[in-house]
Amino acid sequence: MSESSTTSDPLRGGDASVTPAVVREQLLRDYPAKTKKKREKQIVINDKQRDEDGSLQLPVVAANTRTVPGIITQRGCCYAGCKGVILGPTRDIVNIVHGPIGCSFYSWLTRRNQTHTPTDEHDNFMTYCFSTDMIEENIIFGGEKRLRQAIQEAYDLFHPKAIAVFSTCPVGLIGDDVHQVSAEMKKQLGINVFAFSCEGYKGVSQSAGHHIANNQIFKHVIGEDDTTRSQWSINLLGEYNIGGDAFVIEDLLERCGIELVSTFSGNSTYDQFANAHMARLNAVMCHRSINYVADMIEKKYGTPWIKVNFIGANATAKSLRKIAEYFDDRRLTENVERVIGEEFPAVVQAQRKYRPRCSGKRAVLFVGGSRAHHYQELFRELGMETIAAGYEFAHRDDYEGRRVLPSIKIDADSRNIEELRVDADQEKFRESDRQKGIAREKQGYTLREYDGMMAEMKDQTLIIDDISHSEAERLIRMVRPDVFCAGIKEKYSVQKMGVPCKQLHSYDYGGPYAGFAGAINFYEEIDRMVNARIWSRVQPPWENGSPAAESKSPLPASMAESEENTN
Amino acid sequence: MTTRTANPVSGPFVATRNACKLCTPLGACLAFAGVEGARTILHGSQGCATYIRRYMISHFKEPVDIASSNFSESATIFGGRDNLQDGLANVTRQYQPAVIGIATTCLAETIGEDVGMYLHEIRSQASPDGPALPPVVHVGTPSYCGTHAEGYLATVHALVSQLAEDGSQRDHINVFPNMFSPADLRYLKEIGADFGLPVTLLPDYSDTLDGPTWEEYQLIPQGGTPLAAVRRTGQARSSIEFTWVHGEKASAGQWLEEHFGVRNHRLPVPIGLRASDALFDVLGSICDRETPARHAAERGRLIDSLIDGHKYLFERRAVVFGEEDLVAGIVGLLGELGVHPVLCASGGDTGRLRSAIARLVPDQADRIQVRQATDFADLEELAGDLKPDILIGNSKGYWLSRRLKAPLVRIGFPIHDRVGGARLLHVGYRGAQQLADRIVNTLLESLQEQSDEGYSYL
Repeated sequence: MSESSTTSDPLRGGDASVTPAVVREQLLRDYPAKTKKKREKQIVINDKQRDEDGSLQLPVVAANTRTVPGIITQRGCCYAGCKGVILGPTRDIVNIVHGPIGCSFYSWLTRRNQTHTPTDEHDNFMTYCFSTDMIEENIIFGGEKRLRQAIQEAYDLFHPKAIAVFSTCPVGLIGDDVHQVSAEMKKQLGINVFAFSCEGYKGVSQSAGHHIANNQIFKHVIGEDDTTRSQWSINLLGEYNIGGDAFVIEDLLERCGIELVSTFSGNSTYDQFANAHMARLNAVMCHRSINYVADMIEKKYGTPWIKVNFIGANATAKSLRKIAEYFDDRRLTENVERVIGEEFPAVVQAQRKYRPRCSGKRAVLFVGGSRAHHYQELFRELGMETIAAGYEFAHRDDYEGRRVLPSIKIDADSRNIEELRVDADQEKFRESDRQKGIAREKQGYTLREYDGMMAEMKDQTLIIDDISHSEAERLIRMVRPDVFCAGIKEKYSVQKMGVPCKQLHSYDYGGPYAGFAGAINFYEEIDRMVNARIWSRVQPPWENGSPAAESKSPLPASMAESEENTN
Repeated sequence: MTTRTANPVSGPFVATRNACKLCTPLGACLAFAGVEGARTILHGSQGCATYIRRYMISHFKEPVDIASSNFSESATIFGGRDNLQDGLANVTRQYQPAVIGIATTCLAETIGEDVGMYLHEIRSQASPDGPALPPVVHVGTPSYCGTHAEGYLATVHALVSQLAEDGSQRDHINVFPNMFSPADLRYLKEIGADFGLPVTLLPDYSDTLDGPTWEEYQLIPQGGTPLAAVRRTGQARSSIEFTWVHGEKASAGQWLEEHFGVRNHRLPVPIGLRASDALFDVLGSICDRETPARHAAERGRLIDSLIDGHKYLFERRAVVFGEEDLVAGIVGLLGELGVHPVLCASGGDTGRLRSAIARLVPDQADRIQVRQATDFADLEELAGDLKPDILIGNSKGYWLSRRLKAPLVRIGFPIHDRVGGARLLHVGYRGAQQLADRIVNTLLESLQEQSDEGYSYL
């Protein structure tokens, strides 16, 4: 039976004709048969059913499948995921892009990753954009010589700890052996040099690039430094320090007395990665981009992992408690409760202020591989409802939960992405950590668990994977959301329809939104967006009357509008 | 965020560090965005479309929708014909475009895709029941050849050479702008109208990339050069194009002159008094009219503002960077303002920037350092010793500005750390006057900030 017994329309209050089925049909309307057949499996109504034993059954979302040509997608490429997302926020590795100039230029600090060096003397190469800038001659005769020279130049200029090389489309096609060149240069220069075969055409989205990046970091960096870490030490996996999120989380952890060994990869350094295997617990933030690293570290070194989320005040409190609960120490639990106690009054005060202004408004989120899920927490805290959501590059487990992992079919695109075979390290595996995980599980503690986005969304909401530009436009017309969360590519077309668009990739030049302070920031920002007067000046496509007429009204009258009218 | 400075190692460098150029398909997307009802497909990996959209959108702050043929790994082996066919069908069904522009990426070019042949095959095999494919213009834009400026010009050339039709001469003129701002394009149309000249501006993204709010949602933003007008470029009385650095092979105007006898006027980018005079003179000679009174008045105001600004700017030292034509144009204006452009640089490599500068400011040419095929790291090394008072170029000069503690006047592409990049006017008398004011004011603001005394009169 359906989990929800109500038949009211969750997509657009008050209009019974806008049912999820109708919206879905309209989104699919104009596609040629072949395209429609594919998109039907990616546009799904969240029909939540309970089995007789009470377990939740969710519909299948055909995620992580190739985008149809000619559909204007939100997705980027493998290279973007590898160089832009994963290695972008690490400050002391010199990243050299092997290819023509565009790819390097476009990933040049574009994601607003931030970093803090302890002093000005410390390495930070994030503002640099290195490229071999291949020319036609290199495409014809090969570019290995040019790459070798570029690595030498980067070394001469900076004497960095490590140099990473990223392949772009033509490199894979002309057969430059970036790994061989890197290995030679590593030997010659005496620093770590490694390469990523992250050509843009690999896989179906950025997700392939995340995997390639993480595999190489796992192979070439993690495990290099065995410095012992404290009993309450963790890695934060899948946090990329957009708008300063990592700084907020670092501060919270420090005040709780939890040692952060490394973050993958917000505000990170090479040395932190090298030492990551010595942390006692892995906390996974963005499940999509990095859950396999948590698995690999566990297999090789014995470190158990949990899923956390620092987006949302409640989620932050819950995550801190979950970490403390794992270590199961009274002092740590007290620390965590004290910090939550210090932070929460301001959160409650902010919620009191902003909830009445935002409550009942509706959001849709189409972004990332975790963000479309995590940010629903913040909207919930504002009393706002998420009526439709989808990821840009996630897989089925991010929608339906990890329990579907065994049933995910490997297609040709996924098969091309290397799966590392990992065994326990004879010397470095920590049996004590493994045993601790087992003991905690016996006491009812959940490790390695992620239920996905759909379980937390309401019944009969709409799930759209890899939403296309024209689908987004139709969705807005039909469901009329109060805020649309996506990225800069969507921002201005959404706003042309009179709907504010919150960028959840780069935060509209704002942030941080993580932790308690970040949550308050986000409430303020959403209030500013959904209650801004400017939207009354734009005629949404579903209104032909008042707002446009109003926008032509003389200034004094419009300035006299009461606050209530615009809210 | 602090950043590491490099060890003192001298070049020349093979690697490009902090590029001062973008890739060719971006220029193609910009040009196609100025054709009415056009949808662009990039033939290659989807990431190219995404990255280019991202950069264009952050500059123009408008919707920019570019499709991709989404190569898979197998398409790189067996060719992307099927992907292109699907892409064309999907774009046609969803958007009913008046024209589709296809630009290749380095992936497609590396494996030697023959888009022309594919199009021929796709058209000849099209099912009569399906939606008819609109006219398709294709351009080869491998990013390992040239920069975004070359991609832009090649696309204008492709539009004209693939669509223009012969016929008896009509009244209008063709204007082929360079990578101007939407505000510049609007102003060029205004100037043409004031001369009483019908103007076909190609491309014209003045509305598509700087539109108002919409009363109704537009699948493809309104505006742009109509397809019929592109076809009629072959029947114009003459053409005007603005480039002194790009060769005639890439010239749409030259192509029309050779094929349809449309006389081509090759002018420098009209930034500054003399370069604008050249434009007004040509317009006047085409229609045998004096410069209209209000433009003559604007010319007067420009001279007046040059005089006003001169006392602050005389012998101030400027570093100028960006597209070669833009740099040359700005140097022309700086010469008129009395500014000494100590260093002029571009990531572009036409080999003609120096000669263009020498033609524009012959008396200054020997004291201007000109660097082509350069990057911001080179620029930083050179500019440090030159002690510039002001930098003029795009947003990527921010780090240079920060390190040299010299203010940056933002102009060109991309401008992603300020709003209004689409509305910066810099061509013609009015544009020169506004740009001159911006240069003076940026310097004054910086002087005021650095002043210990805090004078409000400078």
